[in-house]
Amino acid sequence: MSAATPDQSAEASGSRVITYRQALNETLRAELERDENVFLIGEEIGVFEGSYKITAGLLQDFGPKRVVDTPIAEEGFVGAAVGAAMLGLRPVVEIMTLNFSLVAIDQIVNHAAKIHAMFGGEVKVPMVIRFPGGGGQQLAATHSQNLEVWYAHIPGLKVLAPSTPAEAKAMLTAAIRDDDPVIFLENLGLYNVKGEVPDGEQVAEIGKAAVVKEGTDLTLVSYSRGMVTALQVADEFEQKGVSVEVVDLRSLRPLDRDTICASVRKTSRAVIFEDDMLSYGIGAEIAATIGEGAFDWLDAPVRRVAAAEVPLPYAKPLERAAMPSAEDLSRVVQQTLDATRFTK
Amino acid sequence: MGIIWKEHLCESETGMATTSRTKKKPAPRGKNAQELRSYYERMSLVRAFELRANEMYARAKIGGYCHLNLGEEATVVGLMAALEERDYLFTTYRDHGYALMRGMEPGAVMAELFGKETGVVGGWGGSMHMFDYDKRMLGGYGIVGGQIPPATGAALAIAYRSEAGPDSEAVMCLLGDGTTNIGAFHESLNLAGLWNLPIVYVIINNRLGMGTTVEGASAEPDLYKRGSAYRIEGTRVEEDDPVAVRDAARAALKTAREKRRPVLLEVMSYRLKGHSVVDPARYRSKEDTDEAKSKDPVPAFRARLISDGILTAEEADTIDQQSDDIVTAAVAFADESPDPSVDTLFDKGYASKVPNMPRRLPVEPVVVAS
Repeated sequence: MSAATPDQSAEASGSRVITYRQALNETLRAELERDENVFLIGEEIGVFEGSYKITAGLLQDFGPKRVVDTPIAEEGFVGAAVGAAMLGLRPVVEIMTLNFSLVAIDQIVNHAAKIHAMFGGEVKVPMVIRFPGGGGQQLAATHSQNLEVWYAHIPGLKVLAPSTPAEAKAMLTAAIRDDDPVIFLENLGLYNVKGEVPDGEQVAEIGKAAVVKEGTDLTLVSYSRGMVTALQVADEFEQKGVSVEVVDLRSLRPLDRDTICASVRKTSRAVIFEDDMLSYGIGAEIAATIGEGAFDWLDAPVRRVAAAEVPLPYAKPLERAAMPSAEDLSRVVQQTLDATRFTK
Repeated sequence: MGIIWKEHLCESETGMATTSRTKKKPAPRGKNAQELRSYYERMSLVRAFELRANEMYARAKIGGYCHLNLGEEATVVGLMAALEERDYLFTTYRDHGYALMRGMEPGAVMAELFGKETGVVGGWGGSMHMFDYDKRMLGGYGIVGGQIPPATGAALAIAYRSEAGPDSEAVMCLLGDGTTNIGAFHESLNLAGLWNLPIVYVIINNRLGMGTTVEGASAEPDLYKRGSAYRIEGTRVEEDDPVAVRDAARAALKTAREKRRPVLLEVMSYRLKGHSVVDPARYRSKEDTDEAKSKDPVPAFRARLISDGILTAEEADTIDQQSDDIVTAAVAFADESPDPSVDTLFDKGYASKVPNMPRRLPVEPVVVAS
């Protein structure tokens, strides 16, 4: 998958194919080396090297001051990161999964997000909160959620959702160097995904979506792991002679509405693919944006492919049925084309 | 017209506070007398400020929630006298007195209550959210217990950057009696105990949550004992007296600085009025409110200073009049100050600006069709 992102600043001297996990690990290492105010804090990130091994080797090389193992106390250690950030440190918090961020939500929403504005802009809260979301691992209802929309709803937070190893590197670097609290959404299903990652320093521009594949007939919008499916389906239609444009949101807050609308004004059709629930979701926001910003260009209703609205079950057939698949997306893309008697 | 608290710091007179005044000491003279007199000036100012805030709320000059320090003046003045300029303070939403004692201008504090551009945070916070980074007053917090994890993190930052010692910075984190039941309190004490952080958690026990008593809310109503689960030293100050509170706080801060151990300090206080300005406190018995009034620390301290020959009644009246004048000037300043400009609505949301920041007013479209 190509990544024609708007941000790859420095001319890369070369590149390597590495996993999303490795890209995150190397970026954390590089930022720990670059800035002594950067420290990592979270459960099992040191001795255990992270539940998903994102922090492997870092305690050994940077010591317990820079890689802080915490007790199981999300509200306590997320809030402690808020206070440390207020004094000028740059904590990078790992929460084991998005689901556990819910016990820290007061510190994220009422404190990290509010402190800069509520105190008149006098203090910055430069911190990153990383966690993976996503279902499909047979982890049942409480361990399979995609609640990033909760955080994307909150002014004061920035919410990033990289979909490739290259983006993971450039966006995590940008997040750590940003002066605001950044929610950094990873995905259990992406950690082993490989991709080409440019060498050297890469800093993404926060707040920009990317057209990662150009097309003329239909726009597919997605983010995070949904991008893997979106690109797969786009290729499938390309082979049938349908030119699909694919937009990777990359930043859920701020949301790059102009890029979305510009794409739909070109293609006149849009389908949104998301792992989250449909009602009140990210797709709903995108659809409303298109309705307002590209209404006159639309040839078909904007469709959303999203999860069935049930607590995600454990049993594989039920889990599979509830989660949106490539087949689901493919069918909805076809329906959207058929709605306008599209032929090639 | 500001209060210059740092000039009045002196060596501890009594060491660690005990549960009652141990012996009658001779009346202080010289520097000590001057210091005690300054404490009365400060208590008088807090009293005058809060009475006027109450009045301004009734006159709809102040909006939102408004919680007053009335009855807690000895606590406010004693704690702030112990805190050094280099220390950091995190408070609850009952924060006006602390803001004043931390050296913030009464006019700017009143202007914040009035929601004016000249307020301490430009009208973004109001009564519950006083803040001044330079004075290391790192905020009044409106969410009960919300300030405790960030305060703990500030102590973590101090430990990250510097060694223990008498010149070390420390954090003081204030909380109410009801707050000792929230998870954030326990998680934070555990972290501070585990990581040896330089922080003093101060429970201001005014005996009531909103209307819920300490006994009705806490399975262990001796709140200072609640640190024992985290091997954190706990102390209670029974006396509603600025010197006793100051000395106990100073001793606790010394432990935090030099031993890098957290301390849990409980100070007993009385809330003279309701939970907030709109609360008539009908849940309180007449005996209870009579007792609170009889223990009002401002007249009590005044009487003590007069009987010790440190102040005359006339001098005390003059101090009260000066406090009133300061507050009158603060109200005038707040009244005359401009409202914040609506043009600045989107200026404070984020510290680093990035593309596509939302700047949409309710009437405007999300995307400008081109």
